[in-house]
Amino acid sequence: MHIVVCVKQVPDTKIIKINPKTNTLDRRSAPAILNPYDAHAVQEAVKIRAKTGGSISVLSMGPPQATAVIKKSIEIGADRGYLLTDRAFAGADTLATSYALSKALERIEKDLPVDMVICGKHAIDGDTGQVGPGIARRMDIPPITSVIEVTEVNPQEKTVLLKRKLTSGYEFIKSEMPCLLTVEKEINEIDYSPMPNMIKAARYEPIIWTVNDLENVERTKLGLKGSPTIVGKMFTPPRPEGGKKLEGTTSQQVSQLMEILLEKKDLFTISKA
Amino acid sequence: MNFDDYCGVWVFIEQNDGKIEGVSLELLGAGRSLADKLQVPLSGFILGDGIRSLASQVIAYGADQVYVIDHPVLKHYRTESYMKGVIHLAQNYKPEIILYGATPNGKDLASAVATDLNTGLTADTTMLDVDVDKRLLEASRPAFGGNIMATILCKKHRPQMATVRPKVMKALAPDSGRNGKVIEENISLKEEEMRTKVLQIVNDVTKKTNLADAHVIVCGGKGMGDLQNFQLIHELAETIGASVGGTRDVVEAGWLPHEQQVGQTGETVTPKIYFAIGISGAIQHVVGMKNSELIIAINKDPNAPIFDVATYGIVGDAMEIVPALIEQFKSLRTEKGGEVSYV
Repeated sequence: MHIVVCVKQVPDTKIIKINPKTNTLDRRSAPAILNPYDAHAVQEAVKIRAKTGGSISVLSMGPPQATAVIKKSIEIGADRGYLLTDRAFAGADTLATSYALSKALERIEKDLPVDMVICGKHAIDGDTGQVGPGIARRMDIPPITSVIEVTEVNPQEKTVLLKRKLTSGYEFIKSEMPCLLTVEKEINEIDYSPMPNMIKAARYEPIIWTVNDLENVERTKLGLKGSPTIVGKMFTPPRPEGGKKLEGTTSQQVSQLMEILLEKKDLFTISKA
Repeated sequence: MNFDDYCGVWVFIEQNDGKIEGVSLELLGAGRSLADKLQVPLSGFILGDGIRSLASQVIAYGADQVYVIDHPVLKHYRTESYMKGVIHLAQNYKPEIILYGATPNGKDLASAVATDLNTGLTADTTMLDVDVDKRLLEASRPAFGGNIMATILCKKHRPQMATVRPKVMKALAPDSGRNGKVIEENISLKEEEMRTKVLQIVNDVTKKTNLADAHVIVCGGKGMGDLQNFQLIHELAETIGASVGGTRDVVEAGWLPHEQQVGQTGETVTPKIYFAIGISGAIQHVVGMKNSELIIAINKDPNAPIFDVATYGIVGDAMEIVPALIEQFKSLRTEKGGEVSYV
C-alpha cells in the first residue's frame, strides 16, 4: 500500500494581519504553516498505514522554503517527501497546479505504484478545493471529495469504503483503488508526534524536483501560462447597511435591537403554538 | 478555439432524490440576468434517474431550455457518471458560461469537468456579472483575506465556469406559464464500468438545522469566557429558533463540534440574521459570515473588527445583553402566545 499525500504551505490565516490602508494581507505578519486540512490528510494516511502496512510519500509544490511542510509531514508520520520547486510553476491556478502535481505523481509512480492519493479539502489561502479532483481526472482515478471517515481499506481486493459528507447528511461510498480522497477536518485528530518522528523530521532532506525532473511535460500547461483564470480587478465590496452602533444603557440598547429585529416581520413571527 | 461557436448561459440543476437544490434555482435567477445582458438563451441541465418531470420547474424558474439526461446509472451523484454527462452536453452544445452551486457535489463535479474541458473555474463566487462587449464572465469572490473582492476572468478558454455560494443569489418567483424547450439526451453508461458505488445515503436529522441553510444564526466566540457562559448562546438560539455557531477558538476549546464552526475552515453562512456575540472578528471568521443580510455584533471592545462588518453593533457585556434579549423575546411570547419563529 503506497499512499501519496499532497500538501501545501500556506500563511496562517489565524494570525495574519490586514494592512488597514491597503486592505490587503500583510503576508510578513503570518508564519507559513502546513495547510491544516493537509495535516489531517497526512494523519489519515498514517492511520491507514498502521492497518495495511506500506508507506507514505508527501508531495508539495512551492518555493524552496516549502520544505518545512514536508518536514512537518514527516513529523506526523510520512516516510518520504518531494518538493516541486521551479519558477516555471509560479503563478499557477488550480488547473495548472493539478497538471504539475499529476506529472510529479507520474514520476513517483515509476518507482512505486500509487494505491491512494489524499488531499486536504482545500487550502486555507486559495480556498477552492479544485486541485484534488483535478489531479484525479488527470490520473484517471476516481475522486471522492469531502471524506469524513475511511471505514475500511482492503489492499488485497483493492477497494476502500468511505463516508462522505453531503449538504444534509452523509453517504457511504465503495471505491476501487487507486483513487483520490479529499478529507474534511473531522476525519481525525492530529496525534502528538512521537519522538523518533521528530528526530527523523529534523534531519530529513526532502527530494527536490525542478521542471527538468519531470517527464513529458508541456511547458505551456505550467504556471501562469497554463492558467486559464486571471484576476481581473480587486475592489472593496459594498459595506452592509450601516455599521451603526446602538447607544445608551444596556436596556436602551436591547430595546433598540428588539425594534430592529421585530421590524423584520418575515423573520420573527409570534405564532400560536 | 473559435469563441463564436460558444453561446448561451447554462446552470447545473442539482437534484437529490428528485428534489432540486435551492442554490440551483437561485442560479437560474442569476443566470437569467446574465443571459438577458448577453442576449442569449438560459439553459438548465439536469441529470438523474426518473427526473424528467423536474424540467418544467426549471423552466418556471427562468430557463428557456432544459437539457435532461435520465439514466439509471445517474440515480445517485457520482463524479465519474455525472461528469461524463456534463462533458457530453458541453462538447455538443458549447455553452459560453456554466454555473454550478458551490455544494459538495457541485464543486466536485465542476472541478472534474473543468479539468477535462481544460478550462477555467472560479470557486465559491459571491458576485456575478458579464462584460457584454468582451462576452466575459466576471466572477467575483472574497480574495484571500481582507475586505476585498477579486474578480476572476477566463479570457482564452470556453466555457467559462464558476461555482456559486448558496444563498447569495436570488431565485425568481416561479412562473408556471413560462414556455421552454426540453431536450433529452442519451449517453451510454454502464454500471459495471463504474469504479465507485454509493452504498447508502443518510440524511442527518440530528442537527436541527444545517448551518449553511439556516435563516438565523447565533454565533458565539471566545469572548463568552467559558463553557458555562456559552450556554447563553444556546439559550438565545433556542428562544428565537436559530441555529448555533461558533468560531474556530470555540471549536478548538471543545465548546462546540467542528460542524458548527463558522469561518474559513468551517462553514460559510449567509443567513438573514447573524448574531456575532463575543467575537472579535478575526479575518478567518469574517469571510465565513460577512455575506449575511443583517449582522448584529455584541462585543466589549469598541475597536473589535467585527464592528466593521456588523450592520448594528452593541459595545457592551454579552453577559448582560444576551440575558436581557432572551428575556424580551420570552415576554413577547408570553404576551402574544405561541412562539417566536421564522416563517
